[in-house]
Amino acid sequence: MSVNRREFLKKSISFGACSVAAASGLLSAESANAEWVAENFAPSILEETLKNLFKDQKLIETDKINIKIPKIAENGAVVPITVTSSLDGIENISILVEKNPVPLAARFDLSPELEPFVSARLKMAETSDVIVIAQTGNNLYSARETVKVTIGGCGG
Amino acid sequence: MGSIKIRSKRIDGKTQIRTLIAHPMEHGRNIDKKTNQPIPAHFIQELTVTHNGRIIANCTMGGSISKDPYFAFMLKGGEPGDKIVISWVDNLGRKDSEQHIIK
Repeated sequence: MSVNRREFLKKSISFGACSVAAASGLLSAESANAEWVAENFAPSILEETLKNLFKDQKLIETDKINIKIPKIAENGAVVPITVTSSLDGIENISILVEKNPVPLAARFDLSPELEPFVSARLKMAETSDVIVIAQTGNNLYSARETVKVTIGGCGG
Repeated sequence: MGSIKIRSKRIDGKTQIRTLIAHPMEHGRNIDKKTNQPIPAHFIQELTVTHNGRIIANCTMGGSISKDPYFAFMLKGGEPGDKIVISWVDNLGRKDSEQHIIK
């Protein structure tokens, strides 16, 4: 009896390991380009998120990123944002809300077939800066805009 | 599931692609007012846009994107008859995909 039990345990463990490997293999194959990284979307402060995303690379402030967002948002649950830029060769655009529990809202990896143009709708917990970071080659450019929120968007 | 709506509009030789997705986008910190229990996180993690089979945009996002998310992109060029496919995967592993032909 005891041998059977041991063998059963062994088998179940190896089976478990196999299925985990298969699952992770599938995941990486599906999202070859940009993988959803839990670290980037973990609740933290802005500086930590930036460090996770871009290591210690320097952000260059620029006026070539244009953020269209309301100065005053009546409802923090839906804040429309449109980002455009005159920079060449933008590979990705990240949108961060400084004071949200999870600062990174979204990251867009754009192919050269797309214009540097992205629209989305954000949730904002409170009045905060919205930061847009665009990556071109090895350079990181950033721009920010303050949005005053009169009703927070995190419910509760 | 039919959660994705796609619209395209040709503007001066470019094509604007807009999408609206029906999804709760719960970030997991909200409390259900009726039961006083936290509402489990349920949000889209990845969104992919392809143009004639090639990936043109790959987006990762968190719960800071509004409920029923809206996104817009601008394609350089784009011809009538081109195929746009948008698909998403959420944190529970659910997914959906929708095809659109540019007119």
